[in-house]
Amino acid sequence: MNLFHRYLAQRLAASLVTLWGVSLIVFLMVRLLPGDPARMIAGLLASEEETTRIRVQLGLTQPIHVQYGIFMSRLVRGNLGVSARTSRPVASEVLERLPNTLRLVVASSVVATAVGMAAGVMSAARPYSLFDYGLSVVALFGISMPVYWLGLMLIIVFAIQLNWLPAAGADQPGSLVMPALTLGAFSMAIVARMTRSSLLEVLNQDYVRTARSKGVRETVVIIRHALRNALIPIITAAGLQFGSLLGGAVLTESVFGWPGMGQLLVDSIFSRDYPVVQGIVLTFSTLFIATNLVVDLLYAYVDPRIHYG
Amino acid sequence: MVGLALLVALLVAAAAAPVLTNQDPEAQSLVQALRPSSWGHPLGTDHLGRDVLARLLYGGRLSLLIGFLAVGVGLAAGVPLGAVSGFRGGLSDLVVQRFADILLSFPGLLLALTLVAVLGVGLQNVIISVGVGAVPSFIRLVRGSVLTIREQAYVEAAEAIGQRPTVIVFRHVLPNAVAPVIVQATLNLGSAILLAAGLGFFGLGVQPPTAEWGAMLGEGRQYIFRAPALITYPGLAIFLAVLGFNLFGDGLRDALDPRMRVHHRETL
Repeated sequence: MNLFHRYLAQRLAASLVTLWGVSLIVFLMVRLLPGDPARMIAGLLASEEETTRIRVQLGLTQPIHVQYGIFMSRLVRGNLGVSARTSRPVASEVLERLPNTLRLVVASSVVATAVGMAAGVMSAARPYSLFDYGLSVVALFGISMPVYWLGLMLIIVFAIQLNWLPAAGADQPGSLVMPALTLGAFSMAIVARMTRSSLLEVLNQDYVRTARSKGVRETVVIIRHALRNALIPIITAAGLQFGSLLGGAVLTESVFGWPGMGQLLVDSIFSRDYPVVQGIVLTFSTLFIATNLVVDLLYAYVDPRIHYG
Repeated sequence: MVGLALLVALLVAAAAAPVLTNQDPEAQSLVQALRPSSWGHPLGTDHLGRDVLARLLYGGRLSLLIGFLAVGVGLAAGVPLGAVSGFRGGLSDLVVQRFADILLSFPGLLLALTLVAVLGVGLQNVIISVGVGAVPSFIRLVRGSVLTIREQAYVEAAEAIGQRPTVIVFRHVLPNAVAPVIVQATLNLGSAILLAAGLGFFGLGVQPPTAEWGAMLGEGRQYIFRAPALITYPGLAIFLAVLGFNLFGDGLRDALDPRMRVHHRETL
């Protein structure tokens, strides 16, 4: 087993432990509800029969260690339980919404990386210029702006006043534009800042000076010589942002009525459909842990200077 | 300085709410609903005829208070856990770090939403839900500082004269780890306000009729076509508060850690 494989095994094991911890929290979630969880889920006006049905459905009549055993054995087979509201399998409800959430997150990630990198490169090419200071202000605004407010402001301008884009939904042409921009704004700012600082560091290296002294054009110096070597921290930042976009998706989906997992999560919290809440939290966290693991491994694989361990 | 000025302005406006307006933020008058700006209501009225300026000023008190208390929760739990983790090492370190990893594996808002789903809505539960999210950043930060500080000669000297570990940690180690914690706490204030307002936006935060910036935005979105101002003002207030804390946090970091000043300038 070489060093990289050992590092891979260690990171995989750590991620599995974290995932187990998340599943434990998700399991305890329903059991920690104040009062009788079945009554909470059924609602105060529900009949005793209905409450008992939910209690049995959730396995709450069993001792807690038995409940945990059943929960875990179902979980490893991909069985997330049954929705208290629709009586459909939670896995089906989640899988129906997952592609929409991934579509939104991937689109935001692409926009954030492309625009952020372009802005960062232009800024680093002319440091301390008007554009550079302008980007600094825009990036600061980007990380301070509430996602939900930005979304609403875009709706006012582009859907209500200009009537260019649909205000909500996912099935019309252009539906993805505003949600993707809204969700990607924060990450765009982070990627722009990271690209600028990483590129500035590389532009001070000797080999860049050599390339310039040979008369290579500045665009070629930046794109071919400097950016290629500045890419590793930028890719890492963009990759880690993909994970954080999953969290932001909950708010963005709610603002734009986007039919994804975030929207379903909020609806399920209001209707006290805890099995669905559990399923979505687990899915989001698994995706988040998996993304961070892949970024970590890519980073270690791509950069030969990394010491594993 | 800009950040500090922004924060002072917001804090003064919130504190002086009764002086700046004589309107009751919760007084309803349906005949006055969705009115535009006027002398009596400088920022207009909402869907229940309540004065928007009064709700903004009184709401600021609550939004800022939630931010401060949530970060307080993060500090109260994160600093001792980070100190124990860094100072004792071994099994304590392993357990605390795995705990932090688990908390960090809930993306952003999801942890707060999960906790609110369990604890229920309301002021106290919002503070706890947002505060728990801040715990791992303090654990990581304090652990890192403690790992460095515990190798210092004065800590060794304190151990040599037989001082108890608790005394060493609280009297000799933690006071030397305060600067980065203050910076982190300031930066966390911005995110705590954003997160709490996010919960309020969903209707899972402070409950009506109490004014809070996030809740105002959430209520106002239903009238986005008729009265866009209802979402413009509270959103602007949240934005300015977060911007203020981010700028002030950056400034503090520059002032408290001269090594960061050079790095920070390079990273925009």
